[in-house]
Amino acid sequence: MSDTNTTPVAFVRDAMLQEQTPPVTAAGPVTWIKKNLFDGWFNTILTLLAIYFIYMIVSGAFPWFYNGVWTTNSLAECREILQGKTGGCFSVLTERWPQLLFGFKYPSEEYWRPTIAFFLLFFAAAPVLFNKLPRKMLIITAIFPFLAFWLIWGGSLLVPVMVAVGLIIGYVVFTKLEYQSFAMGLIGGIVATLVVWGLMGYITDPLSGVLALEQVPSRDMGGFMLNFILGVVCVSLSLPLGILLALGRQSDMLIIKWICVVFIEFIRGVPLITLLFVANVVLGYFLPPGSNFDLILRVIIMITMFSAAYIAEVVRGGLAALPKGQAEAAGSLGLDYAQSMRLIILPQALKISIPGIVNVAVGLFKDTVLVSVISMFDLVGMIRGPILASTEWNGVYWELWLAAVLFFFPICYGISQYSQWLERQLATGHR
Amino acid sequence: MTTLSDPPKGGFRLSTLINDTRYRSYTFQFIVLIALIAAFAYLGSNLIANLKAAGLNISYNFLGEPAGYDINQRLIEYTSQSTHLRAAVVGMLNTLLVAVVACLLATIIGVVVGVLRLSNNWIVNKLMGVYVEIFRNVPVLIWILIIMAVFVAVLPQPREFRGDDATASMFLDLFAFTGRGFYFPRPTFTAEWAAGSTGYLIIIGLLIASFFGARALSKNATATQERTGDRPTTWYYTLAIWLVPVLVACVIMGLSWEIPALKGFNFKGGIYARNSYIALTFALSIYTAAFIAENVRAGILAISTGQTEAAASLGLRPSRTMNLVILPQALRVIIPPLISQYLNITKNSSLAIAVGYMDVTGTLGGITLNQTGRAIETVLLLMAFYLIISLSISAVMNVYNNSVKLKER
Repeated sequence: MSDTNTTPVAFVRDAMLQEQTPPVTAAGPVTWIKKNLFDGWFNTILTLLAIYFIYMIVSGAFPWFYNGVWTTNSLAECREILQGKTGGCFSVLTERWPQLLFGFKYPSEEYWRPTIAFFLLFFAAAPVLFNKLPRKMLIITAIFPFLAFWLIWGGSLLVPVMVAVGLIIGYVVFTKLEYQSFAMGLIGGIVATLVVWGLMGYITDPLSGVLALEQVPSRDMGGFMLNFILGVVCVSLSLPLGILLALGRQSDMLIIKWICVVFIEFIRGVPLITLLFVANVVLGYFLPPGSNFDLILRVIIMITMFSAAYIAEVVRGGLAALPKGQAEAAGSLGLDYAQSMRLIILPQALKISIPGIVNVAVGLFKDTVLVSVISMFDLVGMIRGPILASTEWNGVYWELWLAAVLFFFPICYGISQYSQWLERQLATGHR
Repeated sequence: MTTLSDPPKGGFRLSTLINDTRYRSYTFQFIVLIALIAAFAYLGSNLIANLKAAGLNISYNFLGEPAGYDINQRLIEYTSQSTHLRAAVVGMLNTLLVAVVACLLATIIGVVVGVLRLSNNWIVNKLMGVYVEIFRNVPVLIWILIIMAVFVAVLPQPREFRGDDATASMFLDLFAFTGRGFYFPRPTFTAEWAAGSTGYLIIIGLLIASFFGARALSKNATATQERTGDRPTTWYYTLAIWLVPVLVACVIMGLSWEIPALKGFNFKGGIYARNSYIALTFALSIYTAAFIAENVRAGILAISTGQTEAAASLGLRPSRTMNLVILPQALRVIIPPLISQYLNITKNSSLAIAVGYMDVTGTLGGITLNQTGRAIETVLLLMAFYLIISLSISAVMNVYNNSVKLKER
């Protein structure tokens, strides 16, 4: 046995073989193609069909883009340049670009204001969306609504500042009274805010010229800006309302529960268009006689109610997914309802429901184009109305609709990718 | 021993209502109820004041008055002398027509795309992914308008079918696809007693009877299988149950086809589906199919591979594995979101107003509202219609969910 190892044996290899590249039949692009694209007759047919389809699209679209005209002032001029060749008249986009973005009534020398508000939105949204950013950035988020209102609608800076002051005072009163009971704090806070707002009215009226921008009435809003305003405002407003509705639906108090159930099921059962009809033609009947409520405000109310009902259902799913032990443990620690909700239940339930909420937000943002049906001039309303009806651009469909798709796709796709990323980040459970 | 849990005995004080947990919830509910009643009273008084100022009242009498407008696509008899109520019913049927057809189409496209997205063919897989993402992330209204524009621009106009140098021709000489709409052959019955809608009703009745017959047969076969272990071959009986009664009825009633033909400036005869209907149905289908594809994919992925392996180790063939093991479990995951997509289709069909298809939003919520000025009544009716559909679909869904729920003991 022992002497077998003493003499080196010639036929046993003493060094590792160099790794060899796999044979061409097992790896490499050809094999990959064979395995993934031409594996069996069915797959081959599918692949050929897909390639043919892609070829059709590319061969049709390429000359259209390549010969595209970007600098004319009307469709007739554009056709003259093209002289029968296939080509897109993208000049409708360059010529009507401000209209697509801001509508046709927003004063053109003020375009910088919504633009600044738009870029500020990124800084305001970033700390909410990404947990790792410094928490101090939340200050921008808190200031943003007031600043954006001032920038977009104009008027004196004092008005949003006073509104903010009222809210801050209300919050201070709330924290002072909260020790007694949550309800007391809430009522005290609301009363304080309302009192401050009432008093501030006397100050802002005479000082309406302080730091004033030119006022833009909200019926002058239009274009993609209107979609964006509606989307951002309604999502932010509907989130708290939706959470309240979800809590109400889970409540033991029968009357509150049934109010919430009826509201949610009613809103979810009717299309948004009917609610917009309500905003357009019905809501006026229910407001005090003589009051002239802004159409955009009425629409914001209805869309907010609409998405709040959907968010409520998502949050209810999150609440239902929490084990009952959490609420019981909170109760056994002596926390009351408001405390256990704020400190124990909602943080966990909201975490579960964030992807669903983001989906609702994307759906809501897409739904904002429905306002074009009640003759508001958002992006789609602008395209169908002033642009396609004008003598210069009557008949330019493809370029405009492609632009509309390109306005919405990156934003919605980006948000849904963000939602998936967040879902992975939040998946702390054991799998 | 004295019990420590005796409630404190004291006189009633006002603060008890808010501090004592036994009464607090009643206090809150009472306050909410009062607030709600106050809000409704306020809105109601505003309504009455506004109506009085405008010289209006709430009344549904307008439903009985002649509508005075024409509806170009209708399933039941309607003229401009018909009542507003009939116009509303025509609109409702049109809504249901779009919804049902779009649901069927969306399911078919969605299932195919969802399965293809799981295929290991790289290019098909990616192509389907692109389709799903593009359609999901752009508003459906934009898709409806785009597809409407495509139909009008790409398909030939009826005049292009005319003459010897026609640039377009009918498909198989039976179907005409034009920019104004699609024309299909229409089955008619020559027997006198079956003329009009009677013949169609008879056929529909026979089909329903065949459905129950086929189901009874399949139940019977299952019972035999339970008893003896062998499933009797029944497919030719099933085929006969479906085909024979209908064929016999067609022969007796004298089936003939009315083929669309070019007369004057337009096609006449056959079934005419307007381009607005086709565009709306198609757009809703492919938009919703993108969502359904994701549901189907998620449903199939949700079934762990262990299930497939277990079925294989039991000796089941792949087809039986799919039918008996994977699908029943995947359907439990797929069906609830699928039904809520059907609900979405029904609600999104109200976008018909954007392409001029006369669904219930176009008739009742559009022209009737504008002509009579009865905004509150028409919008209420409109909402009630959609609400009834939605609630009945969700009721069906609840029944289904309960029937397939995992029975845990």
